[in-house]
Amino acid sequence: MKSLEELAKIRESRREALKIRQGVPSKTEKAHIMMCGGAGCISSKCLDVVEAMKKALNKNGIADQVQIVLTGCMGPCDMGPVAIIYPDATFYRRLKPKDAETIVEEHIMKGNKIRRLMYRAPGSKEPTPKVDDIDLFAKQKKVVLRNNFYIDPTSIEDYIANDGYVALGKALTEMKPEDIIEEVKKSGLRGRGGAGFSTGMKWTFTAAAKGTPKYVVCNGDEGDPGAFMDRSVLEGDPHSIIEGMAICGRAIGAEHGYIYVRAEYPLAIERLDLALQKARENGLLGQNIFSSGFNFDIEIRIGAGAFVCGEETALLTSIEGKRGEPRPRPPFPANEGVWGKPTVLNNVETWANIPEIIRKGAEAYSSVGTEKSKGTKVFALAGRINNTGIIEVPMGTTLREIVYEIGGGIPRKKAFKAVQTGGPSGGCIPAEHLDTPVDYDSLGALGAIMGSGGMIVLDEDTCMVDIAKFFLDFVVDESCGKCSPCRIGTKRMYEILDNISKGKGKEGDIELLEELATTIKATALCGLGQTAPNPVLSTIRYFRHEYEEHIRDRKCTCNVCEFEE
Amino acid sequence: MVECSCNTSNEELAKQLDKIIDPYRDKPSGLIQVLTKAQNLVGYLPKWAQVQVAEGLGVSLQDVYGVITFYAFFSLIPRGRHKISVCAGTACYVKGTKMVTKALRDLLDLRPGQTTPDSRFTLEIVRCIGACGLAPAMIIDGKDVHGRLEPELIPELLEQYE
Ligand SMILES: Cc1cc2nc3c(=O)[nH]c(=O)nc-3n(C[C@H](O)[C@H](O)[C@H](O)COP(=O)(O)O)c2cc1C
Ligand code: SF4
Ligand code: FES
Ligand code: FES
Repeated sequence: MKSLEELAKIRESRREALKIRQGVPSKTEKAHIMMCGGAGCISSKCLDVVEAMKKALNKNGIADQVQIVLTGCMGPCDMGPVAIIYPDATFYRRLKPKDAETIVEEHIMKGNKIRRLMYRAPGSKEPTPKVDDIDLFAKQKKVVLRNNFYIDPTSIEDYIANDGYVALGKALTEMKPEDIIEEVKKSGLRGRGGAGFSTGMKWTFTAAAKGTPKYVVCNGDEGDPGAFMDRSVLEGDPHSIIEGMAICGRAIGAEHGYIYVRAEYPLAIERLDLALQKARENGLLGQNIFSSGFNFDIEIRIGAGAFVCGEETALLTSIEGKRGEPRPRPPFPANEGVWGKPTVLNNVETWANIPEIIRKGAEAYSSVGTEKSKGTKVFALAGRINNTGIIEVPMGTTLREIVYEIGGGIPRKKAFKAVQTGGPSGGCIPAEHLDTPVDYDSLGALGAIMGSGGMIVLDEDTCMVDIAKFFLDFVVDESCGKCSPCRIGTKRMYEILDNISKGKGKEGDIELLEELATTIKATALCGLGQTAPNPVLSTIRYFRHEYEEHIRDRKCTCNVCEFEE
Repeated sequence: MVECSCNTSNEELAKQLDKIIDPYRDKPSGLIQVLTKAQNLVGYLPKWAQVQVAEGLGVSLQDVYGVITFYAFFSLIPRGRHKISVCAGTACYVKGTKMVTKALRDLLDLRPGQTTPDSRFTLEIVRCIGACGLAPAMIIDGKDVHGRLEPELIPELLEQYE
């Protein structure tokens, strides 16, 4: 890519071809079928539906007039397989291979939409045909997931058509590196990987750090066991990450980037790899991008199943091909990162925000959100809730809105008990705090954390002692063993919880758990150990009576724990 | 992804492994990528493959071993023809992972980390496979995702894996 004009040319010509996805009927094409290809829909056999669609199109001789695109997760996974048919933006759900022929012959060829495949809002007899009118999308705001209803993740032209790489062009041709950093700082963007550190500050430190070359790293390890937001972005919109990283490269003076993805995400790796190739072919990576003299390229690094590698110092060691053990900070990666050089490391979702900030400006970006938490947040909503899947909401949306308005409430008329955020580093928030706005500080004040975006809803049948034990089991499994507070302390906490859950708890166990927790938090080497006691502390804080009941009455009201005789 | 290696001799595999190593020759930083690909090729990481990787990348055998044992993805022992990965992420746990592992134990006498005597299945536990919306879920051979699992459905579901 030599210039903004060249980019504009691709954009305009592709936009013309994609007008159909904006609702404008096309002369040459009858429809674009966007099929969700996320893991949820794949498990509900969306690929069989795609096969059936292709057959039906061939049978009717219109295969050349209809495009089928496999997108990343569209959000409402429990309704899968889901699809959107353009130009009329009809949303279909729970598709079966046998529906394919009906859709092709009735909807696409004759314009008769299929009512029985449409979404119906709870309590409503009338279906909602159009995707934009569906209640559970109405409360959402798509910034990070801006492209996921519209683009083919394997097509760089599609990404460009939706204003892709405009921000990179602007950053390279119209902005000085300091202006880029200033803009990111002004946007108020905070890291989406969990800790919520100011992204602009992080870039400032790295830009100022002595030592070359510098590096840009994307953390796609997604360790929270019950969340897949980053995966959705990697699979659904890989170019947004590449663009964000290249912009940072310019800002801090780096020419090389790494994207660290877990081996468990083969489709994400495949799509990223393809996106990198396409970006190189189009001169959006490589030498002299936009004739600005700026060079940048990215390599993929594969994580091989160690939760601790999501921790930044461990991840950087793992990139070097070694055992991913954390090391003490300081030095922070901004000063000593990959290969001991200054490094910016951000989360996938953080990266996907960057192009929007640069393209629209910090002010527009920060008009969404709360005073101290700007923009939106993507959550993976799951557990005992009606609508499960991926959602994106403005910061400051309340938990109640998420659970009841977007999530559709708790199935089978059960009572809500708590929502767990932040996975093994986070905590449980009980019903009395449902009106809490979701932002970094409010959740922190409740003893939970924003985390990377896992949000698991628990109902009256969930035993909180069992949940605490589940997370401790995970942590014991994943502790790298380098320091003893974590290696021995979490094991000890697990044993106490295990005893309590088997009816062998003793008076004083709760206090002992609290004491151990305090020591581990204060002395563990890395974030894994330092946050590991949180699920236990927060369940004790809000559900102490359940612990007491297990210990004193040898009783588990939820009937989850099995007591030994 | 467990690929059958019964008809391919070690020599043939060693040749293919060399091709995998080539772009990373004498680059120790490529160790994890090479081991990942090597395991996808052979099904696990036998001693001969470790030696070949160590020599190719210019790292010690000890370092190779250290990396293999650190990361859960790698296996030092042969595995079954099909790998069942049951999700024990939070969403699945809350909705019944225990029920799924119990069903597999009753059906195949199989526990996490084990392989059936006929080498048909290996069972492992993984954390979140991105199908939380359809919890409890599992994934077979790294590609077939099965969600909304119920114990009664499992026998039939496994029939397609010979
Ligand atoms: C045990 C542990 C696991 C972590 N896992 C992840 C992860 O999977 N993804 C992630 O982006 N950050 C993870 N983090 C946070 C990173 O260390 C780091 O703060 C983050 O990637 C920085 O990016 P951000 O500023 O954009 O959030 C983890 C931290 C700890 C302590
Ligand atoms: S806190 Fe735990 S994971 Fe972190 S270095 Fe210590 S032992 Fe390893
Ligand atoms: S996987 Fe299809 S909607 Fe999530
Ligand atoms: S927790 Fe099982 S698929 Fe996410």
